[in-house]
Amino acid sequence: MEPVAMHISNGIINGPVAAVFAAFALAALVVCVLRGRRDLDDRLAPLAGLVAAFIFAVQMLNFPILTAGVSGHLMGGALAALLVGPWVGALCVAVVLVVQALVFGDGGVAMLGLNITNIALLGTAASYLLIALLLRVVPRTPAGLAATGFVAGLVSVVVAALGFVGQYWLGGTVDLGGNLAGLAGTMVGVHVLIGVGEGLITATTVVTVATVRPDLVYALRRQGPATAAAPAAGGVR
Amino acid sequence: MAAGAGHVLYREGTSPVHRLPPEVKIAATVTGTLAVVATPRAAFWAFGGYALLVAVVAAVARVPAGWLLTRSLIEVPFVLFAVALPVLGAGERVDLLGLRLSVEGLLGAWNILAKGTLGVWASLLLAATTTTRDLIVGLDRLRCPQILIQIATFMLRYLEVLVGEARRMRVARLSRGDDPRFLWQARGLATGVGALFLRAYERGERVYLAMLSRGYTGRLPQPGGTGPAGPGQWLAGAVVPAVAVTLAAVAVVSA
Repeated sequence: MEPVAMHISNGIINGPVAAVFAAFALAALVVCVLRGRRDLDDRLAPLAGLVAAFIFAVQMLNFPILTAGVSGHLMGGALAALLVGPWVGALCVAVVLVVQALVFGDGGVAMLGLNITNIALLGTAASYLLIALLLRVVPRTPAGLAATGFVAGLVSVVVAALGFVGQYWLGGTVDLGGNLAGLAGTMVGVHVLIGVGEGLITATTVVTVATVRPDLVYALRRQGPATAAAPAAGGVR
Repeated sequence: MAAGAGHVLYREGTSPVHRLPPEVKIAATVTGTLAVVATPRAAFWAFGGYALLVAVVAAVARVPAGWLLTRSLIEVPFVLFAVALPVLGAGERVDLLGLRLSVEGLLGAWNILAKGTLGVWASLLLAATTTTRDLIVGLDRLRCPQILIQIATFMLRYLEVLVGEARRMRVARLSRGDDPRFLWQARGLATGVGALFLRAYERGERVYLAMLSRGYTGRLPQPGGTGPAGPGQWLAGAVVPAVAVTLAAVAVVSA
């Protein structure tokens, strides 16, 4: 099943749909580049690199789920959105996908637009919207932040999986007949399980970072007075 | 996973393919892959042609066929997806080996297998002949936005920091009496994942500040040796994608 490697391989979705999504992904990435430039200061530049490296490493951990044939890996969109913000976050995930496609052949080069749309754009956007909403509602405690991270991680994975189902509905190369609902069911079911793993890793990482270096968590910047007192790059060490 | 100057898939060499500037190889890989994907799935002869092209490039680059085949195991998940299609697919059915299979599903499975495999081979050939550092230089010369180049550069440098830090934490756990085996190692890693991130960040931050103090302005100095590709090199690199595009065009027209 597709979730094993998560990235869509060449030939699964037809050419025209892939081209449309490539154009969409390109346009969205241009927006992210323009907005991200404003965010990327001395503190965020190395952090963005580390977030990308972390996601790169984490995407290699494959969870076996249910049977040997079905497994999946983490995506990291929620973590990126929490730590470096939606714009730079989407760029980080996109960079990971491009390098994986070029260097490891994980995900087809021609399907990059689809993969970037699902994992980098949909995943990050959904989780950031949730984060922005939840952080206003939940108490400002480590537990509240952990809950936010968990939910954002879980939802981002499921949204990305639904993105694939939508794309398959638009331009899957094989007509599954009435089985599209079955595909959607399998994808969501499997990805809820992966999402739990993603949520746990997102929550533990972000809580640890927020406890020791709250200045590094983008999502917390606009809150509380801590922002003004945030040290410059490396100032605390 | 240690992706430094030479990543795991890189094969040291001085073949003509190795010496081709990275931007030419990236452009060739992408164009070739697009041609393969655009080919109608029933044009079986065209896929044979692509496989032949891959074999020729591999021979010139001195990449052994066995290496290419073992590394393409990354594709196995998609093979499983493809195997399920003839059973799940709708429409007309044929009898094959005592099973009633969907024609549509069989063709679809072939489509995914052929295009996926050729794409993986193209990427593997690129990876085998190009260091990650060169890859970034190539993307930079192809006018990729600076912010992406910067993120990618840091990502590749910090991968080593991350792996090194994880190894140190493992040694620290072992020396305190932890005896992880096989899958149970994951537990120690999972509970320490936040700490790992922080430690790697603080090390990476020091690396970054050291770079800044040595005059880093957001762009690494271009490596000596190879300059940007000249017209001759672009022409040499265009041969393979040109053949692939021609095959695809013929296949589309005759379909």
